Amino acid sequence: MIDLLLVIAAAIFGIGVYGALSQQSFVMIMMGLELMLNAAVLVVVTFWWGTTGGNPSGQLLVIVILAVMAIEAAIGFALVTAVYRSRKADITEKLKKLRN
Amino acid sequence: MTPGPLAYFLVAAFGIGAVVSGWLVFRTDSMLRAAYWLMVSFVAVGAMLVVLDAQFLGLILILMMSGEMTIMAIFMIMFMMNPAGLNPMTMVHQHRTSIIAGVGSFLVLAWVGVVAEFPNRPAPLEDPTIALGEELLGRSMLVFESAGVALLAVMIGAIALAAKQGRFGDAFEGSEEPDMDVASGDRT
Repeated sequence: MIDLLLVIAAAIFGIGVYGALSQQSFVMIMMGLELMLNAAVLVVVTFWWGTTGGNPSGQLLVIVILAVMAIEAAIGFALVTAVYRSRKADITEKLKKLRN
Repeated sequence: MTPGPLAYFLVAAFGIGAVVSGWLVFRTDSMLRAAYWLMVSFVAVGAMLVVLDAQFLGLILILMMSGEMTIMAIFMIMFMMNPAGLNPMTMVHQHRTSIIAGVGSFLVLAWVGVVAEFPNRPAPLEDPTIALGEELLGRSMLVFESAGVALLAVMIGAIALAAKQGRFGDAFEGSEEPDMDVASGDRT
């Protein structure tokens, strides 16, 4: 069962890597990052369930990852808004330089 | 606890659902649908967590991601061209490199997961939600509180970045619609 879960998580992570690297739209890049964190949640719960004897610290780590997901989304959306205001840019190709 | 055949079936079914919907996120023309496919992927993973006796974590994952994907869909409509997918377009770059990186990371991680030997100490049958609650409000309260403080700091930072009269001036300066000139080639 652990093998199956880890292979599923690896597949989700691989799709997230593809999305984060290939997409031009800022929000689509964030979706790739979310998929990678989704895979991380699955892996942590898998190890908590199968290898730790039910140690609640494993579940606590998932809470931390969920907080990271919320932080990533909030900062990501705020940056999308700020970049659109300053550059009217919604894709990465419009940001040739960071200065000004 | 040794998983039964039903647990195997459910994990496999939800796992396939999570992978396929995750793939569809980057295959659909509509960015709005992409947000909802991502939500389906999160719901499938949340259902897998419920099967793995982490009911609380599974449910808060589903609840949290449903809200986040709804916000993401609103952002799609606000900022992105073609949110409904009416005009087929491909908005990717470095495609070959991305495919190699994605497939490569999948193969390496799957190989490690299959080959490595992990200790076999399954979680007991006691209610894991009670154990998590006691952990959060007991030994690990500082970690829990730190996550809360981090979220508060992020809220302040996000407001400072996105405020109407923020660092980059009046919000209405950036309120024009995005350039829809697809033929110019700068969006494809």
